[in-house]
Amino acid sequence: MTRLSELTIAQSRDGLTKGAFSARDLAEASIAAMESARPLNAFITETPERALEMAAASDARRAKGEAGVLEGIPLAIKDLFCTEGVLTTAASHILDGFVPPYESTVTANLWRAGAVMLGKTNMDEFAMGSSNTSSYYGNVENPWRRQGENRPLVPGGSSGGSAAAVAARVAPGATGTDTGGSIRQPGAFCGLVGMKPTYGRCSRWGVVAFASSLDQAGPLTRTVRDSALMLRAMASYDPKDSTSVDRPVPDYEAALDGRIRGLKIGIPKEYRVEGMPEEIEAIWRDGIKWLEAAGAAMIDISLPHTKYALPAYYIVAPAEASSNLARYDGVRYGLRVPGATPTEMYEATRGEGFGAEVKRRVMIGTYVLSAGYYDAYYNKARRVRALILRDFTEAFEKVDAILTPTAPSAAFAIGERTDDPISMYLNDVFTVPANLSGLPGISVPAALDADGLPLGLQVIGRAFDEETMLRVAGVLEDAAGFDAEPAFVAGR
Amino acid sequence: MSLIQGETGEWEMVIGLEVHAQVIAESKLFSGAATAFGAEPNTQVSLVDAAMPGMLPVLNEKSVEQAVKTGLGLNAQINLSSVFERKNYFYPDLPQGYQISQYLQPIVGEGVVTLDLPDGSAKEVGIERLHLEQDAGKSLHDQHPSQTYIDLNRSGVTLMEIVSKPDMRSAEEVGAYLEKLRSILRYLGTCTSNMEEGSMRCDVNVSVRHPGEALGTRTETKNVNSIRFAKQAIEHEAKRQIALIEGGGAVVQETRLFDPNKGVTRAMRSKEEAHDYRYFPDPDLLPVVLDADWVAALKRDLPELPDAKKARFIADFGLNAYDAGVLVAEREIAEFFEAVVASGKGCDPKQAANWVTGAFFGALNRDGIEIAAAPVNAAKLGGLLELLDAGTISGRIAKDVFDAMWDSGKDAAAIVEEKGLKQISDTGAIEAIVDQVIADNPGQVEQFKSGNEKVLGWFVGQIMKASQGKANPGMVNQLLRKKLG
Repeated sequence: MTRLSELTIAQSRDGLTKGAFSARDLAEASIAAMESARPLNAFITETPERALEMAAASDARRAKGEAGVLEGIPLAIKDLFCTEGVLTTAASHILDGFVPPYESTVTANLWRAGAVMLGKTNMDEFAMGSSNTSSYYGNVENPWRRQGENRPLVPGGSSGGSAAAVAARVAPGATGTDTGGSIRQPGAFCGLVGMKPTYGRCSRWGVVAFASSLDQAGPLTRTVRDSALMLRAMASYDPKDSTSVDRPVPDYEAALDGRIRGLKIGIPKEYRVEGMPEEIEAIWRDGIKWLEAAGAAMIDISLPHTKYALPAYYIVAPAEASSNLARYDGVRYGLRVPGATPTEMYEATRGEGFGAEVKRRVMIGTYVLSAGYYDAYYNKARRVRALILRDFTEAFEKVDAILTPTAPSAAFAIGERTDDPISMYLNDVFTVPANLSGLPGISVPAALDADGLPLGLQVIGRAFDEETMLRVAGVLEDAAGFDAEPAFVAGR
Repeated sequence: MSLIQGETGEWEMVIGLEVHAQVIAESKLFSGAATAFGAEPNTQVSLVDAAMPGMLPVLNEKSVEQAVKTGLGLNAQINLSSVFERKNYFYPDLPQGYQISQYLQPIVGEGVVTLDLPDGSAKEVGIERLHLEQDAGKSLHDQHPSQTYIDLNRSGVTLMEIVSKPDMRSAEEVGAYLEKLRSILRYLGTCTSNMEEGSMRCDVNVSVRHPGEALGTRTETKNVNSIRFAKQAIEHEAKRQIALIEGGGAVVQETRLFDPNKGVTRAMRSKEEAHDYRYFPDPDLLPVVLDADWVAALKRDLPELPDAKKARFIADFGLNAYDAGVLVAEREIAEFFEAVVASGKGCDPKQAANWVTGAFFGALNRDGIEIAAAPVNAAKLGGLLELLDAGTISGRIAKDVFDAMWDSGKDAAAIVEEKGLKQISDTGAIEAIVDQVIADNPGQVEQFKSGNEKVLGWFVGQIMKASQGKANPGMVNQLLRKKLG
């Protein structure tokens, strides 16, 4: 029999329902897997005792016939979500010792649905990065290896710890946050399904903010079905988040009926970027064939402002971040490095507390908002953003979903691209447009490249039409039949 | 307009004000924390106010309503769409590292306030804008020899910043503006406007010029927390600027601080003001979109404001502008006055005004109490005036009755009855007193007969005295003339 820690969410749910095993059995298996996966450095904080307590409570609820949607399912939580009574760091030195007295809305929703917390996962500091190499708590290793090579690879980022934990079969699912691709890109790098829902679908309350107008929580799972299951539990309207949207949360799993006959799928020409590996072109063509075979019609579309998305993103996101991170001043919580004056205290605290990438973005953001540069940078970026949204709005008059690659490359080795921040930023080229326009996007593992590394395809949906997006993703998943496993699987 | 004589001619002050008015609301602008004044430090602080990680602002609708009401009260344009922006700067009592404020798109646009000047004239001062913003916390420097403590009770409390146009020309006008603004805000119930408690604070922009010339360079003086200080700061600042210019120097556009102990302004250290606030729309908040019908309903339900009330008091009650102005300055007084008029059947409103502003205010001031605590309420004062107007008691007796009412809290009629103070209007009774006084004073009778009319007044006094003030003075006069005639 498969190890319990290797089951998907849906398989675990079915086993729990049948009484084949208990939530406690699942939690114990995942705790053991978490221990054996420590070399990946996927977790900043492990919470095995809490997992066992929550599992026991879950079993008790099930015995009373009160099982929730994710009853008894162990999950890993990105360390950007505030968890009551559990250290929350955003992978930053500046939040040293910060234990929130409150629980984020998304995690509270998950616990209400019966899920069990395994621990808090590593990530890029304040979610700034695409390789999980900017964490104060060290790099995360991708469980995948290139064939015939043992060099550690990045898991992608910023939700790299969550992706590594799910790929290594520690947890069947994990939460992530996606500001410019931070769920979808690590999903692609680790052979997982990673979904960013529509902006406003999941509450941002209690999630440490990076760029407020772009941040959105979502799941990292091994299957599209699991993604649908997790989203149903995570999503809610939250009066505490003014940007969350008051719409009913559908049963996303019910949308996975494989029926895409007659759907129109847009293929944007602007996503053929220079220097993109032929293998990625090839899986994109495969994706088109798979969807056509299922009865969908491919439509060539143009999203003319795509090439401006990345520069606009790298103005808007740092601008908001520079302001969002101003609260880490050493006055009330986290790290304080004393100084003779308030200014000296700020400088010492922030100088020591923030890593290089965070400082870089705070400086970029401060610069683009400063007097004399505001119009040239920030205001122009806002206008570009409006044009990008218009591109999508016009495209969705003709199509029901859009198919693109997720990332322009497969996972790369740790240290391979760190010398040049710009080449690192290019990782997000296919994912940022969905953040800038607020649209949902999902990455589905499609194939392995010549090195034996997973590559992902992205489906972008209409705002709040996660159901169509998931339906298309489900068809891609079935057609791809991706069943490759990473080099490292916990406990093997 | 008051001009200042300098060595190079007359100078005119040009003054504009930025008033920060704390909005009356149960909770803060973006959090549910309470806002009571004077609570123990850090007892009214939500997770949002302390800027804990992941916390988000949620706009308090009451604050929006109060701002719109105030805008309507200032005869101002209400902007149906407005935007909250972040004003970024570091300070230990600013937990977020930014203040949420409105910048390019405020909730209220241009309006106008009419000043009642001491000489009885009126003057209009333009309102540039009104916007909503968060207050900061307080740094407490006196709790520890070397460290600063932070109290976040005020952090996030709603402020309205009301910006005037540079329409004022003297310290008196500034005083009248602040008084009028305070009066309007109190009528509306949108701000308690207690400068002592800090619920209303102002920054003063002053420049000087020779009349008719272009505007001079202005300075902004902060930390002015009473009307008296505002006047002092303006006088000092104008004189300083004139001396500077006449001495061959130039005014520097800068932020200054008022020192209330010395009554002077001083420049802030450049470090204190060198800010690039990097305003940008707050991505945690949606634009504030108001429904025109909702605004119209608020407008319909506005209370009668001081200007309208004053006009009505003049038109309906025949009051003069000064008395009307005094009575409407505070909503409570105006309401008290109207209640007195309403309860004293047939009483003369002008007489009522005199009693309210005279004996009644005098007693309030003497005892240092508020209207609500006064032992004589409006109905009782009305009852007294009713007796006076009906001729039941004389004016002199009325003063005594008022004092007795104030001391005992009893009705005027009861006191008059109890003490037998009813005016004597019985001809026979008065005649007896008149006859007695004439008989007792033959010398004065002689003087009168030899043409000294003044003696008549002396006789009236003697007769009133003999009647213990109760004789009807009209009848006394009539009888005296007849008898002495």
